[in-house]
Amino acid sequence: MTVLTRTQTSTETDTGLMPIVGAFAAGVFLIFFAGFAQATVFHDSAHDTRHTLAFPCH
Amino acid sequence: MTTRLFTSAVFAGLIAGLIAVLLQFTLMQSLILEGEEYETGNKSHFGGVLVINEALEASGEAATEVKEEPENLLKRYSLAFFVQFIVFVGWGLIMVAGFAVADRFGRKVTVKDGLLWGIAGFTAVHMAPAIGLAPELPGTPAAELELRQLWWVTTVIATAMALALFAYGRSALFVGIGLILLVAPHLIGAPRLDGYAGLAPPELSGEYVARSLAVSMAIWAVLGLAAGYFWNRNADI
Repeated sequence: MTVLTRTQTSTETDTGLMPIVGAFAAGVFLIFFAGFAQATVFHDSAHDTRHTLAFPCH
Repeated sequence: MTTRLFTSAVFAGLIAGLIAVLLQFTLMQSLILEGEEYETGNKSHFGGVLVINEALEASGEAATEVKEEPENLLKRYSLAFFVQFIVFVGWGLIMVAGFAVADRFGRKVTVKDGLLWGIAGFTAVHMAPAIGLAPELPGTPAAELELRQLWWVTTVIATAMALALFAYGRSALFVGIGLILLVAPHLIGAPRLDGYAGLAPPELSGEYVARSLAVSMAIWAVLGLAAGYFWNRNADI
């Protein structure tokens, strides 16, 4: 019985909103560092790509 | 579901990133480097005449800034390679999260739909912001960065929501709200400078803007198709 309940819970979690929110948040996180973060190391590394993709840059 | 989302996004992002790198190096990089020649004052143009600043070229300091050493160029190209992958895996993740939301509303996303999502992504992330903030060649002065970033993010979100409402909205009300979202950022207007102070020739900037939009559209079409493909291929995980 316990096993059955657990299986059900994990299935529910996996089809719920959490994975979608997680993927979205991870995407926003990557875009932020590649396109927006102004720390010199991020800016200099991403400079040419930011220009190519028209992110507002310096 | 988590595996499906992340696997689809990473594979699609890698393919789009590869195309992005190829296009950046064949079409954009030479213009960026030439723009920087004007930005640093190594070159200037007056009345259609190209002037090369020999004094600057001769001085060692400017030479290291303008004429890059091969290892600097290698570093620059490898970084661009890495950053393109990061950017398009990022957009890929956001796109497949959108697929999953559409799925939950009973709208299955096919491979062809993926292409439409890609074109919509290009419209939201590049076309709409370019109306207020044209892609910038290095050496183009512009308004305060934080304000431009804020306007850019707002415009991207509003346009994406508008397109989603047009595509999936179930009544005229949704279309109406979509139209307001589509137009509002442009009525508010992007932050601009009062005058024009670009250092590079207008021809170079014009070519740059056109190529940037064309390159972005190609990358986003590939991203959408690839995301649609992997999303359906991974349907059972």
